[in-house]
Amino acid sequence: MESHSEVIARLRATFCTKVTIPLQFRLTQLKALLALMEENEAQIVEALHKDLAKPKFEAVLSEIDMVRNDVCHAMNNLKTWMEPEYVATNLATKFDDCTIRREPFGVVLIIGAWNYPLQLILLPLIGAIAAGNCAVLKPSEISQATEKLLAELIPKYLSQECYVVVCGGAEDTKKLLENQFDHIFYTGSQSVARSILQAAAVHLTPVTLELGGKTPCFMYGRLDMKTTAKRLVWAKYFNLGQSCVAPDYVLCTAETRDALLPAIREALEAFYGTDLQRCPDLGRIVTDKHWSHLMDMLGKSKGKVVIGGESTREEKYIAPTVVVDVDGTDALMQEEIFGPILPILTMESLQEAIDFVNTKEKALALYAFSDDPKIVTTVLENTCSGGFCANDGIVHMTLPSLPFGGIGASGMGCYHGRWSYETFSHKRASVLRSWALERVGAFRYPPYSDSNLSWLRWATTTKKSSCSIM
Amino acid sequence: MNRLRKNTACRSCQRNGRITCRRTRQGDLCLKTGPGECAEMLKRARAAFLSGRTANECFRLAQLDAVMRLVFEHECDFVDALRRDLHKPRFETVVSELILVKNEALYAINNLRKWMEPQSVERNLSTALDDCMVVSEPLGTVLIIGSWTNPVQLCLVPLIGAIAAGNCVVINPSEHCAHTAELLHRLLPSYLDNECYHVVLAGTNDLSEMVELKFDHVFFSGTREEGTKVSLAAARCLTPVTLVLSGKNPCYVDQMCDINTTARRIAWARFHNGGQSPASPDYVLCHADMKERLLQALRCALLIFYGSDPRESRSYGRLVNAENFSRVRDLLWRSGKVVMGGQVNEAEKYVAPTLLSDVSETDPVMHQEYFGPILPVLTVESVDEAITFINKRDKPLCVYAYSSNSKVISRLMNETSSGSFCSNDSVLQSLMPCLPFGGVGQSGMGSFHGRYSFDIFSHKKSCLLRGTRIECLTYLRYPPYDDRNLSLMTWASSLTQKSQGWCQIL
Repeated sequence: MESHSEVIARLRATFCTKVTIPLQFRLTQLKALLALMEENEAQIVEALHKDLAKPKFEAVLSEIDMVRNDVCHAMNNLKTWMEPEYVATNLATKFDDCTIRREPFGVVLIIGAWNYPLQLILLPLIGAIAAGNCAVLKPSEISQATEKLLAELIPKYLSQECYVVVCGGAEDTKKLLENQFDHIFYTGSQSVARSILQAAAVHLTPVTLELGGKTPCFMYGRLDMKTTAKRLVWAKYFNLGQSCVAPDYVLCTAETRDALLPAIREALEAFYGTDLQRCPDLGRIVTDKHWSHLMDMLGKSKGKVVIGGESTREEKYIAPTVVVDVDGTDALMQEEIFGPILPILTMESLQEAIDFVNTKEKALALYAFSDDPKIVTTVLENTCSGGFCANDGIVHMTLPSLPFGGIGASGMGCYHGRWSYETFSHKRASVLRSWALERVGAFRYPPYSDSNLSWLRWATTTKKSSCSIM
Repeated sequence: MNRLRKNTACRSCQRNGRITCRRTRQGDLCLKTGPGECAEMLKRARAAFLSGRTANECFRLAQLDAVMRLVFEHECDFVDALRRDLHKPRFETVVSELILVKNEALYAINNLRKWMEPQSVERNLSTALDDCMVVSEPLGTVLIIGSWTNPVQLCLVPLIGAIAAGNCVVINPSEHCAHTAELLHRLLPSYLDNECYHVVLAGTNDLSEMVELKFDHVFFSGTREEGTKVSLAAARCLTPVTLVLSGKNPCYVDQMCDINTTARRIAWARFHNGGQSPASPDYVLCHADMKERLLQALRCALLIFYGSDPRESRSYGRLVNAENFSRVRDLLWRSGKVVMGGQVNEAEKYVAPTLLSDVSETDPVMHQEYFGPILPVLTVESVDEAITFINKRDKPLCVYAYSSNSKVISRLMNETSSGSFCSNDSVLQSLMPCLPFGGVGQSGMGSFHGRYSFDIFSHKKSCLLRGTRIECLTYLRYPPYDDRNLSLMTWASSLTQKSQGWCQIL
């Protein structure tokens, strides 16, 4: 059994042979990843069901299809992405080639999370492969069935010399991080992120962090209550609320809340029927520990449960729950909920709601529901978050052309689509000079003279048309 | 406030190893900024940011214009300050510091509107009726820690990016160039908004504490050792960093090259700024056949540039301080053989432009980090050997290759990794606003200049603006989950490899 440092040394040796550089190799690996997804759909669905009671529909939609689409997107565009980017030359570099090349970092580490255990490790992997890196994958040990499946399938489909799955718990991850990587990609919690960042800082390793946060959901102005409620319920209770971009809490006026509650009840019934616990379309909480933590938060809340509230420990089930009369000091407002509990805070004015959100840490996403475009714009322009979506939730992260990432406490860096490729690439400026124009270049040499300086000053100053020598 | 008692340094100066406050006249207050005052400035900058002052284009343009005027109107003051700090000739100050800053400011002014515009992105079937775009937003309040190697440029070029991106900024020019730091400290408040932009004069030992005050981004340029400390401090508070660090930049000289032009370009790149530029070639890997000719050509170039006694030349600089001088002097005495130069003068912090030969890989000059006018010339038998040598070492800021053979250039470029690459010249790629300048691996992370400065100080916020009128195909995603709906969505989202775009329905 190889030790971590042996694995990394092996991957580094492979990387030095430059085997991951040619387009053809990268395409072959991506194609193999696609085959992995297509040929093992049933097993993947089963593993996700074991881990999170994930309904097949959700597993296919939010895990398999997302990975498949991103792989195809990468395969279709990789040739273009790999081309050197030519930049404008100027007077002195007219005969020179000035380009920006995208080069791989080397051996990267990708640490996944348990809530979307497949997507959160494979989407970054697509970027790492496309950019020409070797990779160590560390799936979350909490979603055990998926971890086991990945450990089995990845070596079967992808080059074992370039991509390795490492399993283990928190202690193993800590040991793994003592090694030097060329980039670390982490999805998970803020507390762990801090220690990862510190471990990386010792080696001067760049890090991408995808963390969470309390995603606020504004509802102000005119609202199509039925559609709003449907989209809110879908986004909130998908994966039983265990999404980093699920709406965490709602901010609205008392009047809106009173109209919203029946609409939510209606949507819940339409989606999950009257016997929610038996509905196969609802997931479960990932572990007993997480379940207890959620119930504890709910228990400590001073709000009133108006929808749901039922739970069963054995099944790790919590019903889709809505809590009202919650204020900023409530137990439900101290940390990210990450479960099917939706607090509604009433604030009579949009400005009050915006000011409230701005006192809190920046979240990974932020939602605004309104039929009034001015309200949407006001929220967009006066708040800060990783991403923003108007009149829906979660969907903004499914478009590969949009960067998905956080800011401040919700993370640093981004990925998806071409952004993944850029995250795992180093942009190397390259100037290929010729021997020509040495007479021009010679003006810079000592012994310095005032006349040379005047000439250089004239020639090098950028003008309105952005023409410059240096 | 730090009160100066007779013959006693203030607390901040004491922490940085001084017995007296260095830059004060009798009775004056110490200019050093302690962490307490930094916290105060950060608070003011944050309040200014929250007020929305930096949001609009006009404000940013006015501030950029002010930076440009500052540099233009005080050219003499900058020339004077840099002469005192680094014995920098006026020519070098104007060309490699002031003009560079002016050009960056103008480049930003010319392009700001374009950079600030939201970028529309490619949509798919289900978002066809929505607005999908990436909006560039400022990060908030950022910290710029400048290096002494290019004390004006390494503060003001990132500042331009931070201003353009709409941030508030706290700038810490390097204390090692005391006159330049004081000049910036004195002048910037007269040109820039006093609530949004602050200059602090913190000691090197106070940097970690300052970073832990919690900024939204930290930009650092300097040595690897200091960069690591800053990085660790930033990691403790989840602050993203950009690090532009020094490294050992290799320079390969092939058997096929224009030897005289090569020598001139290398000599200029190595010995300007008193040999203290982070992008200079640090050592030469010369093909064995070329060594004597290269050394001869370098000698000629140096004679033309600085005369037979560079100490008398008005075109030659000095080392920044006694500590750097001692380090450089020790290195040159303990490494290889001096074939030209080697003269030193401690009082003037002068080290002659020095060429070293017979240097081995293990010599101190090849390992220790230093900034000074020494150029070791090592020999290799082939391009392969040069590439192996370069790849055994940490990734540098720049790799240089001189050759008339494009295949050799290609090999050096493709088979090594570095922040940037330049063939048949040096340093120039670090002066162009349209190219990113930064490191990789041990030489740093992130890059700046031109648009890249704007990008590192911005957050790219993805925005999807939907309406509620049309439910379109999106209803297919709702429970109760239905195999038929799933097939429809899977079919719609499955890509053929030949198709150009991709299609996804939600």
